Amino acid sequence: MALSIVHRATGVALYFGTLLLAWWLIAAAAGPAAYSNVQAFTGSWIGRLVLFGYTWALMHHLLSGVRHFIWDLGYGFKTADREWLTWAALIGGVTLTVLLWIVAYTIGGGR
Amino acid sequence: MVEFALPKNSKITGGKTWPKPEGATETREFRVYRWNPDDGKNPSVDVYHVDKHDCGPMVLDGLIWIKNHIDPTLTFRRSCREGVCGSCAMNIDGENTLACTKAMDDVKDTAVKVNPLPHQPVVKDLVPDLTNFYAQYASIEPWLQTVTPTPQKEWRQSHEDREKLDGLYECILCACCSTSCPSYWWNSDRFLGPAALLQATRWVKDSRDEATGERLDNLEDPFRIYRCHTIMNCAKACPKGLNPSEAIANLKLKLVERQI
Repeated sequence: MALSIVHRATGVALYFGTLLLAWWLIAAAAGPAAYSNVQAFTGSWIGRLVLFGYTWALMHHLLSGVRHFIWDLGYGFKTADREWLTWAALIGGVTLTVLLWIVAYTIGGGR
Repeated sequence: MVEFALPKNSKITGGKTWPKPEGATETREFRVYRWNPDDGKNPSVDVYHVDKHDCGPMVLDGLIWIKNHIDPTLTFRRSCREGVCGSCAMNIDGENTLACTKAMDDVKDTAVKVNPLPHQPVVKDLVPDLTNFYAQYASIEPWLQTVTPTPQKEWRQSHEDREKLDGLYECILCACCSTSCPSYWWNSDRFLGPAALLQATRWVKDSRDEATGERLDNLEDPFRIYRCHTIMNCAKACPKGLNPSEAIANLKLKLVERQI
């Protein structure tokens, strides 16, 4: 049940994350001044924390969604399978998020 | 609707702690939900001590011991005492299960906490009102429906077709699964719940039944089946080791397949 709630919660978080993404795109279209505002926010530690959270919400919701997709196809219902899928979504989501940020920092150099 | 807190008249207040049985060398503490419709008080949790050397190993044995030796007013349902009838389903140590098949020693907590099945109206103490649950079971029409004339002898079924009912026919309708499901807690007026849906699957899969189409029509509804979000509490709760989640997934597949 806990992971079902997390799936819902990350789904809700993604709505707000998408607003953030929309803000970034609108600012990019609006001009350099607006864009630098967004950059200042996303560059701050709190902005980065929010972005990190958004990345995790996205990755977790993605993997958890795949898990639900497998169940909807009628597979993975045995106790061991269902526990495996659940842990895979949880651990996989965190791992993918960390990996993505390591890659982003390596390529982008922390900008 | 979603409810996160208990209604005012369901808030649990302090209960009575009954004295330990005299002469008992080893006792087990029971914390049992009590509510009497006649005294106008809120529910409470009473504390009892069961003499382990004078009592069987199961939680139901403990409850019967309490009723016989300490407090005859304690009310609960029980019948077969071996996991066949489903009468003694209750919430023990936070999980819905049968009191007769749950051993006291399997409860890791210092006290054996016993509550009625969650989110059902309480008739008295550990007895939930399952009227709606049974009405939902009736609504899936759990009997063989045919249009071909009844054969002279029995309706024949191959071994392979019979095996399709394994994992479905064993359900004893104890309501452990449905009352563990958050969707059922919040939409039990319109969502059929895991138990009734597992039974629906049992009749949809029966090779002898000829009303499959009508049965699926009856389920094709945003609430009756689709409030199931594969939360899996049902499969975790089932004291018979069945998997209502899987049965419901199969039903959903059948609903989609017939549209293709």
